[in-house]
Order: sequence, then structure tokens, then C-alpha cells
Amino acid sequence: MAAETKIQNYNLNFGPQHPAAHGVLRLVLELDGEVVERVDPHIGLLHRGTEKLLEHKTYLQGLGYFDRLDYVAPMNQEHAFCLTIEKLAGVEVPPRALYIRALYDEIGRQLSHLLNVTTQAMDVGALTPPLWGFEEREKLMVFYERASGSRMHAHYYRPGGVHQDLTQSLLDDIYAWCEQFPKVLDEIETLLTENRIFKQRNVDIGVVTQEEAIKWGFSGVMVRGSGLRWDLRRSQPYGVYNDFDFKIPIGKNGDCYDRYLCRMEEMRESVKIMKQAIEKMPDGPVLETSGKVSPPRRGEMKASMEALIHHFKLYTEGFHVPEGEAYCAVEAPKGEFGVYLVADGDNKPHRVKIRAPGFPHLQAMDWMNRGHMLADVSAILGSLDIVFGEIDR
Amino acid sequence: MYGFFENMMGPHWGHFTASVLHVLIIMIALLLSLAYLLLADRKIWAAVQMRKGPNVVGPFGLLQSFADFFKFVFKEIVIPAGADRPLFILAPFLTFVLAFISWAVIPAGPGLAVSDINVGILYLFAISSLGVYGIIIGGWASNSKYPFLGALRSAAQMVSYEVSIGFIIITVLLLVGSLNLSDIVEAQAGGIWHWHAFMLTWPNIVLLPVLFPMLVIFFVSALAETNRPPFDLPEAESELVAGYQVEYSSTPYLLFMIGEYLNIVLMSAMTVILFLGGWHSPLPFPPFEWIPPVFWFALKIVLVFFMFAMVKAMVPRYRYDQLMRLGWKVFLPTSLVAVVLVGGYVALTGGPA
Repeated sequence: MAAETKIQNYNLNFGPQHPAAHGVLRLVLELDGEVVERVDPHIGLLHRGTEKLLEHKTYLQGLGYFDRLDYVAPMNQEHAFCLTIEKLAGVEVPPRALYIRALYDEIGRQLSHLLNVTTQAMDVGALTPPLWGFEEREKLMVFYERASGSRMHAHYYRPGGVHQDLTQSLLDDIYAWCEQFPKVLDEIETLLTENRIFKQRNVDIGVVTQEEAIKWGFSGVMVRGSGLRWDLRRSQPYGVYNDFDFKIPIGKNGDCYDRYLCRMEEMRESVKIMKQAIEKMPDGPVLETSGKVSPPRRGEMKASMEALIHHFKLYTEGFHVPEGEAYCAVEAPKGEFGVYLVADGDNKPHRVKIRAPGFPHLQAMDWMNRGHMLADVSAILGSLDIVFGEIDR
Repeated sequence: MYGFFENMMGPHWGHFTASVLHVLIIMIALLLSLAYLLLADRKIWAAVQMRKGPNVVGPFGLLQSFADFFKFVFKEIVIPAGADRPLFILAPFLTFVLAFISWAVIPAGPGLAVSDINVGILYLFAISSLGVYGIIIGGWASNSKYPFLGALRSAAQMVSYEVSIGFIIITVLLLVGSLNLSDIVEAQAGGIWHWHAFMLTWPNIVLLPVLFPMLVIFFVSALAETNRPPFDLPEAESELVAGYQVEYSSTPYLLFMIGEYLNIVLMSAMTVILFLGGWHSPLPFPPFEWIPPVFWFALKIVLVFFMFAMVKAMVPRYRYDQLMRLGWKVFLPTSLVAVVLVGGYVALTGGPA
């Protein structure tokens, strides 16, 4: 008989078809009883080669791929790509378009945070909040549809503005939604915020210190939850965010609970921004009018041969972006979403690098989970706000 | 019924036939009520979540449970290649059978228990302790990782909470002075102020601050004992997918599910018998007394079951260590102190008059 028996740790395959895996994440967990010793995230199951595909599409055709990255908040991604193109091509965006973008960026933030906060609750076992939240998401997706014709993959932002103007009735309906939404948030909070079990499951779980957050390249709520004041809407303002009065909520302990609170508070601040955007929205065109990157209006095309040719050229050959490189980032709901664009003067990008906020967050799964229990893995994963569309690209 | 058959067929065969019929009636009544309790569970859950719930099969979805039943029965039974076949099949049967045989001693009305044995509560306790075997065997026989973890968790969980349930039952037993379930119910006759949970008669009222918390702890322990949220760790969806049931499908899964829900109804019935006056009406005068006792018993079970369903809809899930802490460090000492207090009261006063 052997003097010593070698005890092997328990290896558990968490995903890719696991109800709490948030898409197609596969985690290989090494367990010692219920305690997690090692987490090995495997990614790539949703890889579509977006960055390579973008090199073979005109700029306008490429825009649609950004909807499909973080499909929970599609327009925020489009914004980053549009900003980069506008920066390189030197396009002026009319003010009304800027306000519409701010409005829909915040709708995207609501969409994403609603999904994340409620599924984080589901990851710790509360099954009701997701359905309460989804009712509101449904209304927001209708706003997406009324602006762009599509509930998710909007393809609504364009270099130089947005595709179509919003009707006054849509703006009124969004405003009415903003009025009632805080009440829904209050209701969701009655189920979670002071709930003892919810707190026991989230407080001091998955703590991220400020140093760690910086070292691992975190952004968004993952740094704000740890108490760092870093929000691109304030620290590197883009669009018209300087015109709005809103606060950046920050956490203290950097645990799952603080991140949850941050997101809840951010939704309330988002409502404020949406209201201000509607109130301050100026009249005017929504797409730049020089014709450099935007098609002529349809009425014009019916009467003018040149306009028709211009339209044809724009949608076949596309516009050319002058040689150069640029990086633009927006504060997407999940963090800093950036696009690094290298243009060679052609009608297609030479190279596009996408900086998805979820990617560095997912890298931290290993050390964030070490020493926690199996049940905490799903809680931490839920608070990271992972969407696989942007991680695998 | 027993008299009729004994006259017809003689004392032995008559009694036997009557017993078999009695058991059949109870089983069918249980299965039918279970079908609608399941529907009620889903409807309540749906209402909390602002959904409609099942509403396609039959009016208001009233036939949903039967549709589910046929779906399960007609599906192929999949037994994983690595599974231990005999045990894999045995486990759901064990759960199913154990869930049913505990009902033998439950008195739904005066004299309605199939077997009114004088150690009824011990019998119940023994059977519900055996219930954990179904889950452990199922999780082990699946030879798969998630079921194994689920089975380990449920073993630890059910054993821990049985301890506090045992002590809570002892408080009631001390008061009643009998292990017979009918006696326990009879001791609570005379209106809601005689029920163990709300004793308002002098001098028993001094026990109210002890016994009402016991009802609450019993209810929470019952949640843990039946693997219901917030203690549904053995089948925690976001961690273990479906726990010990992962590899089960078709009829074996159905048996597990029926057994599980039957246990929930059983725990509701135990709550009613121990604390809520069993078959007695809350107000001991007409017109409440005209309504048959079985109705009151069923109504109270439905009320407790409603609480079960609401809890499921509202709470998040405990983590394994938190669950253990609650069981051993909170419930066990509390119920122990309650036993001492009730025991002291009985010793001083000679028991409730």
C-alpha cells in the first residue's frame, strides 16, 4: 500500500453551455471541495473575425459590425467607430445629431445596465428581477426600433451624424419613459439592495483594489466600483456631454455589491442625461450637409441627376478617408470602448483594432475568484458584465 | 368505509380491501392536488414576475400539469453510458416512494389517517430523513461532476436542517405529551387562540414568544429540507445547472419532481399539524364549524404552500457556507433554547391545561 495517497483537485468544466456562463464562456475550474483554486477562461467560441472583415468592407458597410460586438448596447459601439472616422476625415457633426447620439448612448447604457444588474441578481439566485428589468428593456428596444427600424442591430449612427431625424412624438415618449423609470428602479431595489441574502452573496466578493484595476487595464464600472473617478464622459468628454449636468457614481470597496450599486446609480444619472438631451435638443439637420460622407436627401435625388450619381457612388464605392491613424474611445456601458483606425486613403480601412472593455475584465477571472467558493464564480462573473460579442469579436 | 367492507368480506379481507382502497384514494387525491399545486406554484411565480404563466393548455392553463406529465412519460429514458444503471433508476423511485409513504400517517381529518400509529411523528421524521438517499444515490449514480457536487451539497444540507427540525418538533411534543399526530391536532382544538403558533390562552400565552418563532424557523428549515429557494443549492441553476438532476430525463426526472413537490406539500402539512391547528377551523363556532375538517386542513396547506411559492419568487440563493452557518449557528442554538424553555414551562406548570 502506498504511504501517501495523492489527492487530485476536482476539475469542473463551467460552460460553454452553462446557464450562468453569459453566452459562450468556458471556464475550467479547479476546485478543492467547494473552494476555487484556479480559473482558466477559454474564449473564442464566438469569434467572427470582425477586425479582419472590416478591412474588406467600406466604412459604411463596416459600421454594422459594431452593432454585433456588445449586442446589449449596440449604438455605443457605432459611436466609437463614427468618432474615429470623423476625426480622420475631419467631418463636422451638426448639433442636433450630437444630442440624438447622447440620448441613444444613454439608452444603450440603460439597456446594458438593466440586463447586467438583473442577471447578476439571477446569478445569485434571485429569479424575479430579470423579468422586471426586461419589461423596461423591451420599451427601450421599441425606441431603438422607432429611430432606426431595428430593435438591436440599429446601424443608426453615421459618420457625420445619425441616419434619420427623430419625430417629436418619439422624443415625448422617451421623456415619458424617463419619468416613470426611476420608480421601476426603486421596485427592483426593494428586492435586492437591502436584501440580506443578496448582500451576503455580494459584499466582499471579488474585491478589486484601485492598483489592481489600473494594472489590469480595467475601465467603466470595474474601476469606478473601486473608487476611481474615471469616466470618459467627464475625463475625455466627447459629443455634448459637457452640456449635461450629471454625476459619476463611484464605489468604495470594489466588490460585487459596490459594482451593483454603481450601476443602479448610473442608470438614475442616465435618466437625467436623457431628459436634458431631450430638453436641450436643437432643431436642424441630423447629418452633415456637405455631402462628403453623407448621401443627398431623398427628395433631392428625385429631381437631380448629380445627386443620384452621388448617392450611387457613396453606396457602392463609399467615401475615402484620408491617410492617417486615430484612436477614439467612448464610455460604453461596460467601460472604455475604443477603436484604433489606420486609414490608407482608400475607401476601406487598412486596419481596425477594437478595444473591448470586457476583454481585460475577463482576464481577471482567475485571481478574482481564487479562494472564493463555487457559487461566487457566477456572482463575480455576473458583476464583471461580460458580453461575448465584444470579447470574441 | 372500514365497517362496510368488514361486514361484507369478513374482518381480515374486509380490512385489507378497505385499506387498499383508502391508500388508493389518498394517492389519487394527492396526485390530483399536486397537479394543481404545481400549476399554482408556476402561476404565483409568474404573477410576481409580471408574466402570465401557463395559459395555453386548457382554460387558464388548467391542464398544463397533465400535458407536462404526458410529455415526460412519452420521452425516451436516457441513461448515460458511465452511469450505474440499477442505482440510477433506483434513486428517483426511492424519492417517489418515500414521498408517498409518509402520507400514511397524516390525519387529514378526525380518523382519516390510513394508519393512526402512536409514534406518527417519529415515523414522519424517519421517512423524511431517508429522503436524502434518493438524492445522494441519484447524484452518485449519474457519474458526472455537477450531479455529484449537488448530491454532496444536499446531503450536508438536509442532515443539518433535520437537526433543528427535530428540536422544533420536540417543543411541540413536550407541550402535547404525545407522538400521535391526531393527538397533536386535538390538543389545538378550540379556535385559533389554541393553535401552537398563536397560543393566547392564560397561562400558555407566556409561550407565544417561543412558539411563534419556532413556526418561522420550522418553515425556513422546511424550505431547506425540501431544497426550495433560498436553499436550492443542490440544484442551483447558476452554479450546478440542475444539480443532482442533470443527467435525468423523462420518467425518472418526473418521479424526482413529483417526489420533490410531494415533500413540499408534506412539509406544509407538518407545519399545519404542528403549529396551525390541523383540521380545526380557526373559529370554533358555526358557520365555520359546518365546513368539513378536511377542507380546513387543505386550505391551511394551500396557504403554507403559497408562502413556499412566494419565497421562491423573491429571494436570492444562499451560498453553501452561509447555509451551513445559518443551520448550525443560528437555528440549532435557537431551537435548543426553545426546547429548554418549553421543557421548563411544562415542568413548572405540569403542562398546558
